[in-house]
Amino acid sequence: MASLDDLKKRIASVKSTQKITKAMKMVAAAKLRRAQESAEKGRPYSEKMNNVILNLSNGISDKENAPKLLSGTGQEKTHLCVVMTSDRGLCGGFNSNIIKKAKSYFAKILDEGKELKIITVGSKGNDQLKRVYGEKIIENISFKESKNANYFDADKVGKMVIEKFEAGEFDVCTIFYNQFKNVITQIPQAQQIIPLNNEGEENSSEESYEFEPDEDEILSNLLPKNISTQIFKAMLENSASEQGSRMSAMDNATRNAGEMVDKLTIEYNRSRQAAITKELIEIISGAESL
Amino acid sequence: MSEEFKVEIVNPEKSFLVKDDVSEVVVPAFEGEMGILKDHISIISFLKPGIIKILSKSGDENYYVEDGIVEFKNNNLSILTSTIFNLADMDKSKQQDLLKQAEEEANKTDINDQSKYLADQKVEVLKTLN
Repeated sequence: MASLDDLKKRIASVKSTQKITKAMKMVAAAKLRRAQESAEKGRPYSEKMNNVILNLSNGISDKENAPKLLSGTGQEKTHLCVVMTSDRGLCGGFNSNIIKKAKSYFAKILDEGKELKIITVGSKGNDQLKRVYGEKIIENISFKESKNANYFDADKVGKMVIEKFEAGEFDVCTIFYNQFKNVITQIPQAQQIIPLNNEGEENSSEESYEFEPDEDEILSNLLPKNISTQIFKAMLENSASEQGSRMSAMDNATRNAGEMVDKLTIEYNRSRQAAITKELIEIISGAESL
Repeated sequence: MSEEFKVEIVNPEKSFLVKDDVSEVVVPAFEGEMGILKDHISIISFLKPGIIKILSKSGDENYYVEDGIVEFKNNNLSILTSTIFNLADMDKSKQQDLLKQAEEEANKTDINDQSKYLADQKVEVLKTLN
């Protein structure tokens, strides 16, 4: 059994850990509110963008010659996966959930005998993936310096993806991120961004638009922007999810630490009492033997 | 109702501006400036660097944009843009910064014609502001 001194030290150390996790929870809660706000504020843009593209693709005259970003290259040989994770740990299952989702997708792709390329955004995803898929990772981006998700960063990723697409390096592009539902639930998502997948979303308005310049030109300008927008949306959702996940993880950790302190305190008191009893017995039996 | 319609400017971070008492908007569309009044036909177009003028009862406003898409439908004008500044809030140093950036971009040799054209446009617009 541990000595009294050891128990005392352990109690102190668990208590200080509890303080840290509690502080982290508070910070995450504050950041979560901001991240959630910006995720909500960012929605109109991507929704409107989607709408415009939908209207455009409905109005496009020559479907055969549609821009490649919309209709694809006509084959699905090489898949590019953009896996978006956080740069920091201690956020529960946030990163593992994305990685799990991504890995099952990777396995499917490889089983089908297709080629796989990976871009990781955020260092945690890179750490977890490079062990198994090290040689498939072609790029690793991390935005450690930026405090909040911003469009500029997303645009950088988007431009890179488009550059690679135009160079013919891949045919299909999918992004992986966590969609923020609420503080306890984040849903890992796989979203295909190239070619654009608009199935299931039928546009209600059959109104025809006037285009200036013509549809094709607008589309070829708009689609690259849409890629960046989708990536930005994913980044916003991700950062809200990260904070939410961290908050609940730290909440659990704080509670567990509290339980541990209680248990250790009981143990400490018991052994203290046992020691006193032992001493008393020794004194009494010593006195009796006289 | 009078000759007013609604305008909404959205950037990726937030809904930048919503106004519903606008009488006319002039946007720098790609093929030249375009004035939009109430009951304009539905149109989608995209923007080049320039000034958006919004004329309304509560006063005129000017915004500098670098790119974007406009969509007009049912007397709703939506402008999507990634870079927008209110000219009233923009001081000289900010203008100079943007101008310097744009000039650097325009002087690059390894860019294609279109981005060169856009960068030149930026420089031109920013110069007229000063």
